[in-house]
Amino acid sequence: MAEPLYADRIEAVVIGTSAGGVEALLALLPALPAGLRAPVFVVLHLPRERPSLLVDIFGPKCAVPVREAVDKEPISAGTIYFAPPDYHLLIDDGPIVSLSDDEPVHHSRPSIDVLFESAADAFGPGALAILLTGGNEDGAAGVAAVREAGGIVVVQDPEEAYAPTMVEAALARGPVHHRLRLADIAGLLRGLAAEKRPVRD
Amino acid sequence: MTVSSFDIERRLLFDAIYLKYHYDFRGYAEASARRRVRTAMVRLECATVSQLQDRVLHDPTAFADVLDVLTVPVSEMFRDPGYFKALRERVVPMLRTYPSLKVWVAGCSTGEEAYSIAILLREEGLLERTIIYATDINPRTLQQAEAGIYDIARVPGFSENYRRAGGRAPLSDHYTARYGRAAIDTTLKRHIVFSDHSLATDSVFAEVQLVSCRNVLIYFKRELQDRALSLFHEALCRRGFLGIGSKESLRWSAFAQAFDDIAGEDRIYQKRDEDGRAALRRPH
Repeated sequence: MAEPLYADRIEAVVIGTSAGGVEALLALLPALPAGLRAPVFVVLHLPRERPSLLVDIFGPKCAVPVREAVDKEPISAGTIYFAPPDYHLLIDDGPIVSLSDDEPVHHSRPSIDVLFESAADAFGPGALAILLTGGNEDGAAGVAAVREAGGIVVVQDPEEAYAPTMVEAALARGPVHHRLRLADIAGLLRGLAAEKRPVRD
Repeated sequence: MTVSSFDIERRLLFDAIYLKYHYDFRGYAEASARRRVRTAMVRLECATVSQLQDRVLHDPTAFADVLDVLTVPVSEMFRDPGYFKALRERVVPMLRTYPSLKVWVAGCSTGEEAYSIAILLREEGLLERTIIYATDINPRTLQQAEAGIYDIARVPGFSENYRRAGGRAPLSDHYTARYGRAAIDTTLKRHIVFSDHSLATDSVFAEVQLVSCRNVLIYFKRELQDRALSLFHEALCRRGFLGIGSKESLRWSAFAQAFDDIAGEDRIYQKRDEDGRAALRRPH
């Protein structure tokens, strides 16, 4: 499964998670290889009133740059952008980072649906959406939007998920391309940086 | 990438709204505008944007409902306490030096930000010499702002923000609670002028010492953002202050060199002096 299936195709990776998300991301983000081309956008539901420590936690562990998103920032290749607490994170035409303080979706701001839907609009078939452990239904509509736009959808195997509700809600809405354990999702992400394979070997 | 039918219809909708009602959403950031238009379609039960356009053009009430969705009135008092703390510590000492003060709260929505600043200035003994201009494009939210009545359930959140912002009294000194609502002290309102103003189409109306415009520019594309910043720059007196949202930045605007960053994370800027003008890249 860990073949570099999508290296030529994927323009952006979007990841959504909630309960149990920090641990799941610790299994994934450090797997991202230096030389990754696609930018990576992450929504993790967090308490809104405190500044996020995600950049401090993940920065030293990752081989690629890690930043908290700032509005209108031009998107850099192979960079991880975390949604700031209390803002929705979107990908805008440019592509640039865009934030909004529109009302919460599924009681969540940032919302996974909002990020995923903007990725479907901005990248269509070039979007890779990954939905992980979580205790509510945010992300299910976003996954459907990415699928309908021709993008690739990966969900964490609900049997492995700390909280399976989020993934199960997405699965209930339609098929996904891959249902994997974290170790295999990490393998898939590593493959994204693989060099293009020659047409004939 | 080819333009989707949805985006074509959305542009036509914004053209229609501009021509018919003179509200200009054409410079709004695409990603959040897409989402808001989809929300409006759900709320007005329209299957396509074209249907929504039909409703908007032939039914002013439907337009008012769409305007509510497109302008999203979400705000709270003393949001981002660090910002108000920085205003108190970094800006108020300079404001004291002026015999009279004018403050512009641009995009005031339902008024929470304007009242927060009024409370802060009152506590600093400056309100008596201040006029706060609180502007927005949505007449419904302006009416709510002027009424200054909020659901009591929101007040504990406001109070907590206020305390963390360095508030000196109980917040309840500034409102009256009754029938499940909190009504803002009317003596605060005497110093606030609520009025209709569009950052997309109107011009500067006064010289001010402080502009507070938070989480408004995030909804604008860069060109419109630069237009709004040019208004602020023009409205501000020499060495006047500009406050923006905590996740907004001037860095990618045409005005990056026109202001000094004086409060870092709290996003308060000071207009650079005249000699700084050479460094200013005028948009277009």
